[in-house]
Amino acid sequence: MGLELTKEEKEMLDGKHGKATRKAIEIITTLGEIYGAERLIPVSSVQIAGVSYHNLGEAGLEYLSEMAEDGRTRVLTTLNPAGMDLSEWKKHGISEDFAENQQRVVDAFKKMGVITTCTCTPYLIGNLPHYGEHIAWAESSAVCFSNSVIGALTNREGGPSALASALTGKTAEYGMHLQKNRVAQVKYEIKTELNDNDDYGLLGYVIGVRTGKTIPYITGINHATTEQLKSFSASVATYGGVAIFHMEGITPNRTPIPEKIEVVTRDDLNGARTELDDEGAEIDFISVGCPHASIKEIATVAEMLDGKQVTAGKTVWITTAKPTKDLAIMMGFYDTIEKAGAFLVADACCAVAPLEGRFTGLMTDSAKACFYARGKNKFKTEIRSVEECIKEAVS
Amino acid sequence: MQGRKIFKGKIMGEALVTGEDISFYGGCDPETGEIVEKGHHLEGKSVSGKILVFPTGKGSTVGSYVLYALKKAEKAPLAIINRITDPVVAVGCIISEIPAVDKIEIEKIKTGQKVEVDADNGVVSIVE
Repeated sequence: MGLELTKEEKEMLDGKHGKATRKAIEIITTLGEIYGAERLIPVSSVQIAGVSYHNLGEAGLEYLSEMAEDGRTRVLTTLNPAGMDLSEWKKHGISEDFAENQQRVVDAFKKMGVITTCTCTPYLIGNLPHYGEHIAWAESSAVCFSNSVIGALTNREGGPSALASALTGKTAEYGMHLQKNRVAQVKYEIKTELNDNDDYGLLGYVIGVRTGKTIPYITGINHATTEQLKSFSASVATYGGVAIFHMEGITPNRTPIPEKIEVVTRDDLNGARTELDDEGAEIDFISVGCPHASIKEIATVAEMLDGKQVTAGKTVWITTAKPTKDLAIMMGFYDTIEKAGAFLVADACCAVAPLEGRFTGLMTDSAKACFYARGKNKFKTEIRSVEECIKEAVS
Repeated sequence: MQGRKIFKGKIMGEALVTGEDISFYGGCDPETGEIVEKGHHLEGKSVSGKILVFPTGKGSTVGSYVLYALKKAEKAPLAIINRITDPVVAVGCIISEIPAVDKIEIEKIKTGQKVEVDADNGVVSIVE
C-alpha cells in the first residue's frame, strides 16, 4: 500500500512551506511509514512535551530555536510543564542560570505560536477536544485521559513529533487513530471501594504493572471524579504505558467486553502502596498536583491549610497550571496556602523541576510522582491521600 | 542486505554492534557519545564516528534530542542500522540528519567490519 500524500503534503516535503515545516512533515511521514499508515490526517489540537530545560538541555533548545526560525503552529497547541514557575521561580529556590535557559525554551515555543501555559492537564485550561476528534498529544497522562475519558484519538507522541504535528496540522493515521486498535483486551473487576486520588493511583499501578500495554476494561467503579480519573490516567500510563482504558459506565468509548478476567482487591492496592512506600523515608518535601491540581483540589487544600503553619524543615508544593493559579489568587486560595508557608507553584511540577539534592523524602498523593521522584531525583517516597499529605506538612 | 530507509544519506565506516537496545536519554553521554548505561554491553564505548548497529531504541522521547546534541557536538554515529527502528531513534535521525536503515539482519554484522550504508535505497553492504 504505502503512504499516499496530498498535494499540500508533498509541497511541505518539497520545502515550499519553509524549512521547519519540511522537517516536521519528514518526521510525520517517516513515522507513518514505520507504522504502516496509508495517509496523513488533520489534527485539531496538539500538546507538546519536552519543555523543561532540565530534560531538554542545550541541544534540545538549539533544535527548538532552529524550528522557531520559520515554523508556525497551524492548530491550537499547548505546552507541558516547565522546570519552574515562570513568574515566581525565585522564591522556589531555582537558580538564575536555569531560569534564563528555561525562559529561552518557552520563548522559542511562543515564537512558533504555541500557547505557553505549561501544564500536563491542558484539558482543564482550554485545550479540550471532544469525543471522536483526532489530536496529537504528548504527555502520557494527558494522552491516556483524552483517549479514555474524553474519547478523542491520539497516539503517545514524543516532544518532536508533537511539535511536528503543530507545525503541519497533521499526523499519520496509525495506532490509536484507528478504532480497531482501541478495543479492550482484559477485563478488570475492581472488588474494593476506591476513595481518594491515591487509591486511583494505586489502581493504575496495579493494572499498569499487571498488563503492560494491553487495553483494560474496568468494572466495579460506580462513580469517579475528573480528578480521580486524571490520577488514574497518570498512573496507568506511567507504570504500564497504557494509552487508553475503558471504565464501565464512566468512559464514552464503545468496545466489546473482553473474556479474560483479572480481579483487583484491597490487598492488591495495599501491595501497591507497599511498593511505592520506601522504608525509612524522612519526609521533607510534600507535593500535591501531579497531574496538575484542578481548582477544586486547590480549594480543598486551601481549606485544610487555613490557619495552619507548615512545619520548619518541610517544603510544600501544590502544583498547577497558570490560569488555575490566577483563579486561585482571585478566590483567595493562593493567600491562604502561601500564608501557611506552602507554595502554590504554577507551570512546573516535582517531576521536571531541578530538585535533585534539595530534598530526601517525598510524600504525595500521586503514584506517578513517586516514579519520577525516585528515578530522577533519588528521593524516597510515600503515597498518601491529599488529607494525609497536608497533615504531614503541618505536623 | 536490503532494508528500509529511515533517513537518507550514503556513508561508509566501521561497525559498532550490540545485541542490546539503546536508550539515548540517560544511556548515552550527549557530549562525548559514550554509552553510560550501567551494565550495557557497550558501556564505556563511544558511538561517535561509527556505523552504530543495534536492535531497536528504548526509553524516553527526549532521546531524540540526545542524537541531535551528538550531531551538534560532532560526536554522532555516522549512520544507524536497526532490526526495527523505534520512533525515538527515527525522529532523532531525522532531526539530526543521520542516515538510518532498518529491517536488517543485524546478526550478520560484526564489530570492526567496514560497512557501507546506502540509506536512500535502504541497502547495507559489508565491504570487508
